[in-house]
Amino acid sequence: MTEMTASGCSESSCGSTADQLSHLPEHIREKVHNHPCYSEQAHHHFARMHVAVAPACNIQCNYCNRKYDCANESRPGVVSELLTPEQAIKKTLVVASEIPQMTVLGIAGPGDPLANPERTFQTFQALSETAPDIKLCVSTNGLALPEHVEELSKHNIDHVTITINCLDPEIGAKIYPWIFWKNRRIKGVKGAKILIEQQQKGLEMLTEKGILVKVNSVMIPGVNDKHLAEVSKVVKSKGAFLHNIMPLIAEAEHGTYYGIMEQLGPTQAELKELQDACEGDMNMMRHCRQCRADAVGLLGEDRGSEFTLDKIEAMEIDYSSAMEKRKVVHDNIAAELARKEEEKAQGVQFVSLDSLRKTAKPKPQLRSVLMAVATQGGGIINQHFGHAKEFLIYEVASDNVKLIGHAKTDQYCSGNNTCGDGETVLQKLIRSLDGCEVVLSAKIGYEPWEQLEEAGIIPNSEHAMEPIEEALLAVHKEMAESGALEEKTEAGLRATA
Amino acid sequence: MALQIVESCVNCWACEPLCPSNAIYEAKPHFLIDAKKCTECDGDYADVQCASICPIEAAIVDSQGVALNPYGSLTNIPLEKLRQHGIIDKLAA
Ligand code: SF4
Ligand code: SF4
Repeated sequence: MTEMTASGCSESSCGSTADQLSHLPEHIREKVHNHPCYSEQAHHHFARMHVAVAPACNIQCNYCNRKYDCANESRPGVVSELLTPEQAIKKTLVVASEIPQMTVLGIAGPGDPLANPERTFQTFQALSETAPDIKLCVSTNGLALPEHVEELSKHNIDHVTITINCLDPEIGAKIYPWIFWKNRRIKGVKGAKILIEQQQKGLEMLTEKGILVKVNSVMIPGVNDKHLAEVSKVVKSKGAFLHNIMPLIAEAEHGTYYGIMEQLGPTQAELKELQDACEGDMNMMRHCRQCRADAVGLLGEDRGSEFTLDKIEAMEIDYSSAMEKRKVVHDNIAAELARKEEEKAQGVQFVSLDSLRKTAKPKPQLRSVLMAVATQGGGIINQHFGHAKEFLIYEVASDNVKLIGHAKTDQYCSGNNTCGDGETVLQKLIRSLDGCEVVLSAKIGYEPWEQLEEAGIIPNSEHAMEPIEEALLAVHKEMAESGALEEKTEAGLRATA
Repeated sequence: MALQIVESCVNCWACEPLCPSNAIYEAKPHFLIDAKKCTECDGDYADVQCASICPIEAAIVDSQGVALNPYGSLTNIPLEKLRQHGIIDKLAA
């Protein structure tokens, strides 16, 4: 049953049904279990939110424009409304009361949370006390990390994310034009060297204290793409528990250095190739949404507009009673997830028996297929193509379905009859589905149907309201039966690149 | 002897806590420097603090109106590209 995918990946992961986290020690897996950012299953059932309390930054990244939020964790080109710590605390408690699935609060910009330590820690302090059922996380560029490790360890911090794009200052100078360090602006290789040292030191200090560390890297073709496998090895050896490689998103209209200099981001296929190459060394995270920092809600939904400042300020909250209700919801979801895991475990048993038989009488090798899915959460294909704000990208083999990424969209149709400049948005959307051969949604209009077909992507709405994994396996089976999967070609994956 | 914050400021707050003279304050539409308080960091730091952390080119100018961080100096984006994308306004160019 071990079949190689077109881009060639390490033996440890290929064709296996094992959870990517199964190699982690028990106490870490426990923490990760219900985490909407890490656990592929929990991703559909729990929600996270960010609060923008930290405006200042102490470095410049070439993929960032300071008119917008920090691009290390948010989508580029997004502006969040800056909150005072008091407003951020209130907003978090309100959202947690209204959306009981919300279990993780992140502070991630618009600047660097640790370049604004008072605001960040005031928020954490209050939430650790009032809302112990919310996990707190913080992401940082690492420059000010070593001096704040002690303080971080005092709060209810679930994990720290460090964005590490390189270990080599020469490469760093191509990513970071300057840092602000000890009351001076330091440019070029010298600045990058200090930043890299601080990141590595911070990583070591956190893992020594037993605080979970995730590492984010932005993949920048021609700059650090060849170097990231080394980064993966080193951060793993220093105790980071997860590595998340994100594609560079560079558009001239964002006014960033890379955008204006027309630096290309990686295609889905290039990104996947690098993630596959790193997976043997490090637990890779494949399903990061690069969420908008201001998004609130479950996967595929955004309820941010329900929680604007004036609405929040008018609301009264009684968090202790909300906490009781939240507990009931969390227990129900946990039970549901446990039930699904049980079913899956039985499935695996069945497949492995089956695969024994396959070895006796080998079938032709079937390649895996990338498929995109429109969903509003719950693990069901329940979103109209034109209303989808993001598509989940799955790699589907004959016996295995793996969530490997997300394609973000500007909603191509706003739901009216007229879609304005819908066409260009649709073209862009189709381009972002690069490498996918099928797109599944609950419904799809005639025009996008035609254009998808023209682009060589098969639209499919026959599996509306069905569970995602089952539907994908069924589609793979149909494709296999029609003989579409016997040739495995690199060209297939890069078709629209 | 005083610096000035001008309209390209994006209100990122980075400069405010660094000022040794407490000269910088939040205002609408952007942060301002109190000319009576600003010492240009004389006696406190070798480099003026606000302009050493400010991420926005041409947001802080001296008493002659000259930008402490001219266009292209922080992002390394070539000037003709900045003009082409309308980032340098006509007056400044
Ligand atoms: S130059 Fe120095 S004293 Fe003047 S506003 Fe800037 S930081 Fe404050
Ligand atoms: S650092 Fe620059 S952009 Fe930020 S508030 Fe100060 S003057 Fe404005």
